[in-house]
Amino acid sequence: MSTTKGQSRSRKASSQDDGPVAERSRTAREAAAASNNGAETMPLDTEKILELYKKMNVIRLFEDAAQRGFRTGKVGGYLHLYSGQEAVATGLLEYFQDTDKVITAYRDHAHALLLGSHPTEVMAEIYGKGTGLVKGKGGSMHLFDVENGLWGGYGIVGGHIPLGVGMAYALRYQGTDGIVQLYFGDGAIHNGAFHEAANLAGLWGRDGMNPTLFILENNNYGMGTSVERATAMTDLSAKFDSYGIEHEDVDGMDLFAVLDVAKRAVQRVRETGKPYAIEAMTYRIAPHGAADFLERYRTKEEIAEWRKRDPIGLVEARLLESGVSDETLDGIKADAKAIVDEAVRFAEESPDPPLDELYTDVYADTVDTE
Amino acid sequence: MTVMTYREALRSAMTEEMERDESVVVMGEDIGVYGGTHLVTDGMLERFGPKRVIDTPIAEGGFTGAAIGMAMMGMRPIVEMMTWNFSFQAVDQIIQNAAKLRYFSGGQVSVPLVIRGPNGGGVQLSAQHTHSLEGFYGHFPGLKVVSPVTPHDVKGMMLTAIRDPNPVIFLEAGALYGTKGEVPEGEELVPFGEARIAREGTDVTLIGYGRQVNMLLRVADKLEREAESISAEVVDLRSIRPFDERTIVESVRKTNRAVVVQEQWRWYSVASEVAAILQEQAFDDLDAPVERVSGAEVPAPYARNLEIEAFPSEQQIVDAVHRVLYRKG
Repeated sequence: MSTTKGQSRSRKASSQDDGPVAERSRTAREAAAASNNGAETMPLDTEKILELYKKMNVIRLFEDAAQRGFRTGKVGGYLHLYSGQEAVATGLLEYFQDTDKVITAYRDHAHALLLGSHPTEVMAEIYGKGTGLVKGKGGSMHLFDVENGLWGGYGIVGGHIPLGVGMAYALRYQGTDGIVQLYFGDGAIHNGAFHEAANLAGLWGRDGMNPTLFILENNNYGMGTSVERATAMTDLSAKFDSYGIEHEDVDGMDLFAVLDVAKRAVQRVRETGKPYAIEAMTYRIAPHGAADFLERYRTKEEIAEWRKRDPIGLVEARLLESGVSDETLDGIKADAKAIVDEAVRFAEESPDPPLDELYTDVYADTVDTE
Repeated sequence: MTVMTYREALRSAMTEEMERDESVVVMGEDIGVYGGTHLVTDGMLERFGPKRVIDTPIAEGGFTGAAIGMAMMGMRPIVEMMTWNFSFQAVDQIIQNAAKLRYFSGGQVSVPLVIRGPNGGGVQLSAQHTHSLEGFYGHFPGLKVVSPVTPHDVKGMMLTAIRDPNPVIFLEAGALYGTKGEVPEGEELVPFGEARIAREGTDVTLIGYGRQVNMLLRVADKLEREAESISAEVVDLRSIRPFDERTIVESVRKTNRAVVVQEQWRWYSVASEVAAILQEQAFDDLDAPVERVSGAEVPAPYARNLEIEAFPSEQQIVDAVHRVLYRKG
């Protein structure tokens, strides 16, 4: 089980004199301790775990390939990788249903892949090709696949949060049972947009008009500024208390813990029409953006410490423990690699967008008022 | 035809659309229980209930963003900015989300949203509560921007705005909420992108929009009564984006002279754009440089005499007309 609302957090409780690296390492261990591996409460069958394991591998390899594309000059703009955070979206979106909507910030590749966007089209978008998910008009930060429930990746930190809250209002206004899974990072919680939107969500939720599931992906860094350097109140999910929104924390490195929380949280939001928040303690093992080579704000030791709790590695260990063979896992990794290789091939071979696309999609067609 | 005020024309359009289409809602600060600080939405809460007439906290960024999210889902929210001055709090939402979502989603998403409220000054609200934002919002592709002046156009353009599948910036002449005019019964939509000849004339074209149009009409009457009578044509732009280039060019081809009047500051403004269009498309027809009469390049002052000095006056317009006609005033 994860820690629940109101319990003190390890980071906050720390009083030792260690440097930030040791403190964060301790947090990593304690995050794990706080969240018992969900094995006992999550009787998932092996087939299902293998399916999720494959999805996580596809995401990781996809991000590695995108990074190679960036470093070889084939990918432009900004590129934000999800590597290290796979368990969060993989676990949460396992409980996505057709009437639900997902909205997130610019670290959005995984959300698209998990919702069923074709990896070829996602990679083609990142490559700026006409075959991309949004026709080469948005790039890595603006993946949309409305048919599959993805209502966007957004590039302004915090700016999409009010949108998600309004979407949730609409879902209830229109009489559906859908909810909005609204993802954002720890960097966004300091932005006014978060606070204004959370206030509206709590307010509208009182009347059952706001089925928003806030998912705070706390990877401890807003770009290069750690949580400790960004706020005096480092228990981030406690900020939801100000708006009457209940919340809980989860070890975001542990897929099984995320699955356990996700199932309950999604059901709760769906049934009540009230917002709820999950703070997933996670870690981006990739740089903030692909061009963030130096990473002056953290140490190799810290990254190495977190890599020990790599979310894919944790799932792999569980599978091996339960008797799945190395060969099976190798086979899955090979399948994942083939999917990503195909995505890269497709992206590289796809044509650029036709130039006349420059002027389309600025305005939707207008009614005839004649 | 029926006679109603500017305010009633707005309310009438919103009410009719809400009765016709359940996806239309209104939201904003004190628009429900309070009835709207300018009473534009008075009575609508009682008629449509709190799920469709949504009182919000004073958080323009939050509720404008939420309205965009509603619009993405197919609702048609009308957001009231208590005044457009407060929209700076929501500029990130309006520009970074509403204006661009359709484009960066590759056409997958549209934002049928109206943001409306009083724009401009003239009632001693001083620097932070006095702005004319046509040029500012008109700058951004993806937005539509309109600024009607007559109750007829207010109603017809509001109907058009609500049915438009794009975000519409609806700039109202707050100082005119109580003015009356004839409005057609029933559905008569006024399209965007069509200027209106408010008065025909042959010697000079006076171009404006919003409450300046009324001033231009008074000036035109005054010019006609002068010793050497001047016949001024008055063009009411109505729509800032999309923009009707043809009407102003055709008018200037006839009169060969133009004076553009606006309350906003001159630099990077609508009047500058109009002057540029005229020199590009009617260069050979112009007998004088296009004159611009604009607000003073200062934050709006409070004192009544200073405020009057800061905005275009009838005399400034008359002087500009005399200059383009090479006459001594």
